[in-house]
Amino acid sequence: MEIPEIYLLLFALLTGIAFGIFLEKAGFGNARKLVEQFYFTDMRMFKVLFSAIVTAMAGIYWLSYLGWLDITQIYINGTYIWPQVIGGVIFGVGFVMTGLCPGTACVSVFTGKLDALAVFAGMFAGLILFAELEPMLEGILSYSSIGDISLYELFNVEYGILTFVIILIALAAFWFVGKVEERIGKKAA
Amino acid sequence: MKTKQAYPYWNPYIVGVGLGILIILSFVVTGRGLGAIGAFNGLLASAIHAIAPDYAMSKAAFSNYLSGVEHPLRDWVVIEIVGVCIGGLISGVVSGRFKFEVLKGPRISNVTRLIVAFSGGVLMAFAAKFTRGCTSGLALSGGSVMSPGAWLFMISVFIGGYSVAFLMRKLWN
Repeated sequence: MEIPEIYLLLFALLTGIAFGIFLEKAGFGNARKLVEQFYFTDMRMFKVLFSAIVTAMAGIYWLSYLGWLDITQIYINGTYIWPQVIGGVIFGVGFVMTGLCPGTACVSVFTGKLDALAVFAGMFAGLILFAELEPMLEGILSYSSIGDISLYELFNVEYGILTFVIILIALAAFWFVGKVEERIGKKAA
Repeated sequence: MKTKQAYPYWNPYIVGVGLGILIILSFVVTGRGLGAIGAFNGLLASAIHAIAPDYAMSKAAFSNYLSGVEHPLRDWVVIEIVGVCIGGLISGVVSGRFKFEVLKGPRISNVTRLIVAFSGGVLMAFAAKFTRGCTSGLALSGGSVMSPGAWLFMISVFIGGYSVAFLMRKLWN
């Protein structure tokens, strides 16, 4: 089934608008709010991220179980162990410095936050820096690749069982971060 | 404008479930999830191409976005990010949170905030190229389809963030 490009782009626009509204309504257009995650005073970044992931994960599982979505046809991000671990740590440092990530920076700029404009400028500079250094990094960038397999293939467990286990872990984590917020919140008050 | 009081934020779990449904829809319709950093790269590639086409084509990080496409901006993730900007603007205005300001902790100057924000932006974009995706394209979307790299990335982001948060507390508190 081939969807005409114009409809896909219209869908992209509508998806983006919904994404932007969700991010803004979550408080993620505000760097100070988002960065509270790292000071334990408001863990909504964690809550939104993982409740979105487990919702999508469960939905995709059920759609594939019912035969409405072919799991082998969807895009699974390739795994490059060390680049993603080292890059992730650097990204986390940048996250605390900016209080934003690339997507939330868009919402922040378009709600008038001038510091997010500096983040935009920095990101463009970072992309140019990467383009310049890429030839030297080639060896590192594709190092420790294990391909685009999924966790259940990697651990060789049943897809549905792993989905269920991850949902249980997420529920426990939501309970835990609620407790953490309560304790830190009391201290702060 | 009936009131200056901003509307409260939504419950994070409601936002999360909404976002999750959006990701499911995206996978069903397009076979892929959401993204963000790719749009910045696409935008930058076409801007540089307009100014210095030879330079743009000489760098793999840019030419990837330029060769073999009708127009680099007629791309799924670019249009999606335009939507994010529109959605953010609408929601910000409707919720009473649109305001020109520099958000920062009380103990630093605006200039310090802008310099740190710029530097953090450099690190994030550079890192996102390293990891082949950011919080949207890798963590959210890849996490949903159980990419091991997406989960490694998320754990690493939290490790990186929490290990410097205390050192950088003056920026925010």
